[in-house]
Amino acid sequence: MTPLFQTGNAVRVRKGSPPGHIRTPFYVRGCKGVIERVAGEYRNPEELAFGRFDTPVVPLYRVRFQQQEVWPDYQGNPQDSLDVEIFEFWLEPANPEKT
Amino acid sequence: MERDFTSRSHHDMGGLEAGHIQYNEHDYEFWEKNVDAMLVLLTSKSPKLMSVDQLRKGIESLPPDAYEKMSYYERWIFSITQALQYNGVLTTEELSRKLEEVQSRYETEEV
Amino acid sequence: MKTSSTNESDTKNTAPTTYYQFLEISVRELLIEKGVLSAEDIRNAVKEMDSRGPELGAQVVARAWVDPQFKQSLLQDAPSAVKTLGLDIGPVQLLVVENTPEVHNLIVCTLCSCYPRSLLGLPPDWYKSREYRSRAVREPRSVLLEFGTDISDEVEVRVHDSTADLRYLVLPQRPAGTGHLTEDELAALVKRDSMIGVTEVCFSAI
Repeated sequence: MTPLFQTGNAVRVRKGSPPGHIRTPFYVRGCKGVIERVAGEYRNPEELAFGRFDTPVVPLYRVRFQQQEVWPDYQGNPQDSLDVEIFEFWLEPANPEKT
Repeated sequence: MERDFTSRSHHDMGGLEAGHIQYNEHDYEFWEKNVDAMLVLLTSKSPKLMSVDQLRKGIESLPPDAYEKMSYYERWIFSITQALQYNGVLTTEELSRKLEEVQSRYETEEV
Repeated sequence: MKTSSTNESDTKNTAPTTYYQFLEISVRELLIEKGVLSAEDIRNAVKEMDSRGPELGAQVVARAWVDPQFKQSLLQDAPSAVKTLGLDIGPVQLLVVENTPEVHNLIVCTLCSCYPRSLLGLPPDWYKSREYRSRAVREPRSVLLEFGTDISDEVEVRVHDSTADLRYLVLPQRPAGTGHLTEDELAALVKRDSMIGVTEVCFSAI
């Protein structure tokens, strides 16, 4: 599976939160970040959690967020960052109009 | 504790307000190490008998008060037991009979 | 703190009293009776976990401090680099993040307790606590202060939330005044908490 995103791409985390096993934390949903690296391909934990051990691998990314953008009241260096591993299907391009 | 029916699961706590960090450590007890060992073995056997994701999902399904009240490995053994039943490794009846047997083994001497 | 005991009689082995302790015995005995696992499998897995402790991570850190080439390969491909030290970390997707004068790293798993067990042993209770998991991502500097670590405002604090398959080890900065120490002496300075990122490595010449 060719990764959709590359290092440096601006992405946004989707929001839809059904009941299930989700490894994209609540606090980053809807946040904008930048792909720090393509972290490889791994089996989808949301499927593994239901016993579907043969589920195919999907691309995983490390996404870097600026703390000031994640928390409105963040106290600290404006450069402070937060890196989170997020699966591809939780991400969309942050600037869809850009080609 | 009421269950708060928002989309945020109780275990998904990043960013919530919380108190000072209790610099706690404890020597792991024999039964806790066994729970850990069983999880490692069950998830690394080929074919897998359960996945670590099933472990996590089971823990996440605990109601908030149970999640808070149970210790770390209590949550684990609860979840492992559920996953093994779901996956057909153990049946509920087997567990029920074994639990009865084990409990009576240790509770025969009543004060 | 004794999680590295290899002798069963050293670990607390009192008679079971709680429902969950009975459950552990029941599950274990059933799995053994059914031939799913053996008692020896379980004993060996416990021994294996007991053999893992922060001194393994400290070895990696000390080597990175004395050998710049090793450090580079560690930062690029930690699993391969660690293997060259003769350490077996299994299939773990390890990522080593380096503390520098510009960046201080902190590791947390907000969703559960993911931790580089094969290099540090079992995680401490505080790492798995509500307080740490909730606050480390939102107010890392305040959390660091509680551990006695004061990171200046000019330094970037970078928090890593271990949400998927990667496991993280912080490569702390080598303290000043340690140029004369052997690799083993350096490793002895490196405590578990510095590899999680809540403390830095200290050295005083006295």
